[in-house]
Amino acid sequence: MNEKDEDRADAWFHALSDRTRRDILRRVLAGEHSVSALARSYDMSFAAVQKHVAVLERAGLLTKRRQGREALASGDVEAVRAVGVMLTDLEALWRGRISRMDELFASDPQHDTTDNPTHLT
Amino acid sequence: MPVTDVQHDLDALTLTITADFAAPVERVWEVYADPRQLERVWGPPGYPATFVDHDLVPGGRMNYFMTSPDGDKFYAYWDVATVDQPKSFTFKDGFAVDESFAANPEMPESTQVYEFAEVDGATRATFVATYADAASLQKVLDMGAVEGSTLAINQIDDLLAA
Repeated sequence: MNEKDEDRADAWFHALSDRTRRDILRRVLAGEHSVSALARSYDMSFAAVQKHVAVLERAGLLTKRRQGREALASGDVEAVRAVGVMLTDLEALWRGRISRMDELFASDPQHDTTDNPTHLT
Repeated sequence: MPVTDVQHDLDALTLTITADFAAPVERVWEVYADPRQLERVWGPPGYPATFVDHDLVPGGRMNYFMTSPDGDKFYAYWDVATVDQPKSFTFKDGFAVDESFAANPEMPESTQVYEFAEVDGATRATFVATYADAASLQKVLDMGAVEGSTLAINQIDDLLAA
């Protein structure tokens, strides 16, 4: 990953590390919500909810547009999908390690594998 | 693929991998007991691992480095906590500042619990990696060369499904 991707990853993980922000993201992924409507869903001040929305916006997980006096927020599904892709890559490192162990066992000259199924999966 | 289950716990910052190997428990243990075998499986592709010190006993220290495709070396260590040969061992996996293998205070340690159980003559291995907090995990992910895959796709699926 280049520096720009790393910065985005930092922002994503920071934004997703808070349960209120994850909850806001769920709501705005389901559909556009005004920030004031979001604020009514939480037992915290409007300003606090606004701050959470701003963190999600800076991370690129949410976009805002103005309609009259209201700020409308919607989730950026593409960005969330990109987080998923990155995490899948990381899981692949573990899978790679385990498949190398499997190869190591399969190549054992002293271990007769003919009595055993190759894999149990 | 011998991986049979992957569990991601976003709140506990834990990744649990379950794998079934067509080999006896003692054979699987040997991979960790023998540094030359461990080197063959530990580093991700392109980042081969070299174990400089290897002492799989309670309180033992494993010092290793991974070499990037560009030749950069990432120094790291295991502090072995408990050993119940051949069934399980636990350790802290952390990063070191340089070839002195002194722990890098800027980098997080993760807690690792590896267990091996016999199932019908084969081995069911369970690997659990736990991180202290999201920032620690992020730092490990930033290294790029390591296995810190605590967060993964299921969490995002859960997030979207909730």
